[in-house]
Amino acid sequence: MYSNVCFKLNGEEKCYEGDPLRRLLDVLREDYGLTGSKEGCGEGECGACSIVKDGELVTSCIIPIGAVNGCELLTIEGIRDTEKGKCIIDAYAEGGAVQCGFCIPGMVMATYCLLNKNPNPTEDEIRLGISGNICRCTGYDLIVESIRLAAQKGAALWNK
Amino acid sequence: MAATKIGDKIRRVDAVQKARGEAKYVCDLTFPDMQYAYMVRSTVPRGKILNISLPEFPEGYDFISAKDIPAKGRNELWMIAKDWRCFADEYVLYVGETIGLVVGPDRGVLKELRSKIKIDYEEQTPAVTIDDGINCVGGPMFPEKNSNVMCELFCEKGRPMEEVFAEADEVFEETITTPYQEHVHLETNSAIADYEDGKFVFYASAQCPFYIRKSIAGLLDVPYDDIIVRQQTTGGAFGGKEHFPDVLCGALLVAENKIRKPIKMVFDREEDTQFSVKRHPSKCVYKSAIKDGRVIGVQGHIYYNCGAYLASSYVVLQRGVFHANGVYTFPNTYLKGEGIGTNTFPTCAFRGFGAPQTLFAIETHLDHIARHLGVDPLEFKMKHLCKKGDETTTNGHIIEEVKLPEMIDVLTKESDYWRKAKEYKPGCGKGIGVAMYNHGGAFTGNGEQAIIKAHSLLVKKGDKVTILVGSTEMGQGFKTALRKICASTLGISIDNVDYPDPDTSKVVDSGPTAASRSTMIVGRLVERAALQMKERWNEGDFSVEVEYEHPEGYPWDQSTFRGDAYLGYGWGAAIIEVEADKLTNEIKTVGIWTSHEIGKAIDELIVHGQINGGVIQSLGYGSMEKLENRKGFFKQKSMSDYVIPTSMDFPKQFYHIQENPYPWGPYGAKGMGELVFNGASAAFVDAVERALDTRFTSIPIPPEDIEEALKNVQ
Repeated sequence: MYSNVCFKLNGEEKCYEGDPLRRLLDVLREDYGLTGSKEGCGEGECGACSIVKDGELVTSCIIPIGAVNGCELLTIEGIRDTEKGKCIIDAYAEGGAVQCGFCIPGMVMATYCLLNKNPNPTEDEIRLGISGNICRCTGYDLIVESIRLAAQKGAALWNK
Repeated sequence: MAATKIGDKIRRVDAVQKARGEAKYVCDLTFPDMQYAYMVRSTVPRGKILNISLPEFPEGYDFISAKDIPAKGRNELWMIAKDWRCFADEYVLYVGETIGLVVGPDRGVLKELRSKIKIDYEEQTPAVTIDDGINCVGGPMFPEKNSNVMCELFCEKGRPMEEVFAEADEVFEETITTPYQEHVHLETNSAIADYEDGKFVFYASAQCPFYIRKSIAGLLDVPYDDIIVRQQTTGGAFGGKEHFPDVLCGALLVAENKIRKPIKMVFDREEDTQFSVKRHPSKCVYKSAIKDGRVIGVQGHIYYNCGAYLASSYVVLQRGVFHANGVYTFPNTYLKGEGIGTNTFPTCAFRGFGAPQTLFAIETHLDHIARHLGVDPLEFKMKHLCKKGDETTTNGHIIEEVKLPEMIDVLTKESDYWRKAKEYKPGCGKGIGVAMYNHGGAFTGNGEQAIIKAHSLLVKKGDKVTILVGSTEMGQGFKTALRKICASTLGISIDNVDYPDPDTSKVVDSGPTAASRSTMIVGRLVERAALQMKERWNEGDFSVEVEYEHPEGYPWDQSTFRGDAYLGYGWGAAIIEVEADKLTNEIKTVGIWTSHEIGKAIDELIVHGQINGGVIQSLGYGSMEKLENRKGFFKQKSMSDYVIPTSMDFPKQFYHIQENPYPWGPYGAKGMGELVFNGASAAFVDAVERALDTRFTSIPIPPEDIEEALKNVQ
């Protein structure tokens, strides 16, 4: 079965033609070359493939491409050069959030969603906001600290 | 650009690229005409292969197996031993053993082909647990010695234990077991083989590029130089990518020899969980002689489940035995280790490399003795703490000042330990626990000198310097730390120092990225090379290569395991506070305080991150990470049933770094990557035991296991 699926990807209109049951993650990585989203588990548990779909954080490994018709999608490639994206990435570098880095693009996407909704989160709210993103290296403290830093440094951006 | 100083707060050199999603891991690479490979694995734990029947393979698709190893080649991977077969033929020894690869251009077709391969076995009874192995269930794995013991060693100190037990007031004996643990590096195992300009080239997610080359060359009987390994950005390893990449690359080499096109193999998470190496389960039988409130002798029989192949297990077992007395000095000890073969996936390196098992056992054992004697465990342990000059269990000596008393002072104040330990009555639902631990840095004994013989190479071009060593970045921060050491020694900016991902055809062998040796050993080698380069800085473009030199006066006999096992230890202490829900047995950790003595922190932010991550990994090991093997099959198969800590499971940590410069490390630094894993699990269990007034002799302790333990007490 083949179908047409049209959506907005990082601000650009895209029309996908093909198997609607292919995983969104595979389409992003293989058809559009957007390899920033990673596969960590393939079952929606680890969050390494997190992207933003219509403003909500989703795991792209358990979404069939056919389910994003008419949606607006943002991947790490779509936010990394925006003011908000740069703010988060800079805070991650300054705060020591990054070790092996495999979970980090997904973690940045979770941070982006969190701060958009809650510009000034408490530590507990930050921990909840990234609880769907597994990191095996950091023990999370420095990621939490870096998100706090991003909230502070980018206060003007997040409060818009 | 300002010169970088060792104390500068700097940003990790790889942080932005990784956070932007631009770092290229193996899974992100594509090549023209790329082929894919999937493993065909054993589905029985022990048996004879009677027949392999293949479906018809379309053109361009291949089944690669032992028969594709050329006549001059040997079907073996050379890790530390050479027993691991690249492809099982005739018989299989564990579930998941590689039998073949399906290779071809379309992944869907490959999966279809793989599902149609039918392998008939004559099944045999497997040995699964340590006890199965000891009892040779299913028949001995090594009929010539009528046993499943793969490796063994002992070390003793003081008087014969019978004498010591005879004069004791009482003898306290217990058996403590520790489980499998899965690494769960977020990036699964992966590698790509290619044939470029007459060489076999591997792009691998790996800790030790030179290990791969050495391990697989014998399959085709080619010189090492015919194989090039290029490490790619590696998404976590923790020991899981020390020897295991050989298993992927070996099979791919045999395929590449036939196909000569780029071949990519990326494990999915279920494969990585079920069919990769694990931490060794252990059984530690401790028997301690107590006289006048002190432990005067400890006898330990330590068994590690090695799985079906020795791989690196003998070395893991040695480290386990050498850490079996923890941070204490007992006048008389007898410690024996046995590595037991079973029909399970081979166990191998995992952060701590054998030390976490015995350290957990001795800490927990001492907690139990203290409580039996009615004294505070910390007070009891402090009475036995080792100090500089003490004889070790291998008849060597503690070479450095032991700073644990100062570290415990910091932690007990920060955590308010003494008040809480008194106030929280046993079983009140609140508990505070403590553990102390160490980790010997680098290879045991004279291994750095006798086995590794590491080199470092610096190349100067204009005002830029390139570090060419085989040590790898896998997330631990070594790229940044090594560049910082080099830059600050030369008095130049870190931006003028480059350190590319190793390519075995371009860099010198600085030894494996393992054993917490990189900063301590390779950092020192780069520091020494940089000092020479600084002397000659104005001579134009040139390079400096230096080789490891072992400090004199610290003997080690590898045949008897006597002498100074480690020149420098990292030292650690952890205090954990918990609250137990007495209805559901759910445990909430409310406080984590740790102190680590690592000589000197090359970069405090990196060290902070290592401490946090190691401590949480250890708390996962003690509390929730359950990996069980039933009849040869792992019961937990993915991240939804093998559960590791999330951001919600543990609170923010208090951390303290104790300085104690190490004379043979760069700027006084010692190893620390494994140390930080070695103790928090024991402190956690101590805290839960106090909160619930019970005793655990195994981990992990999720609520259902706590329930079981409480029932047993009643």
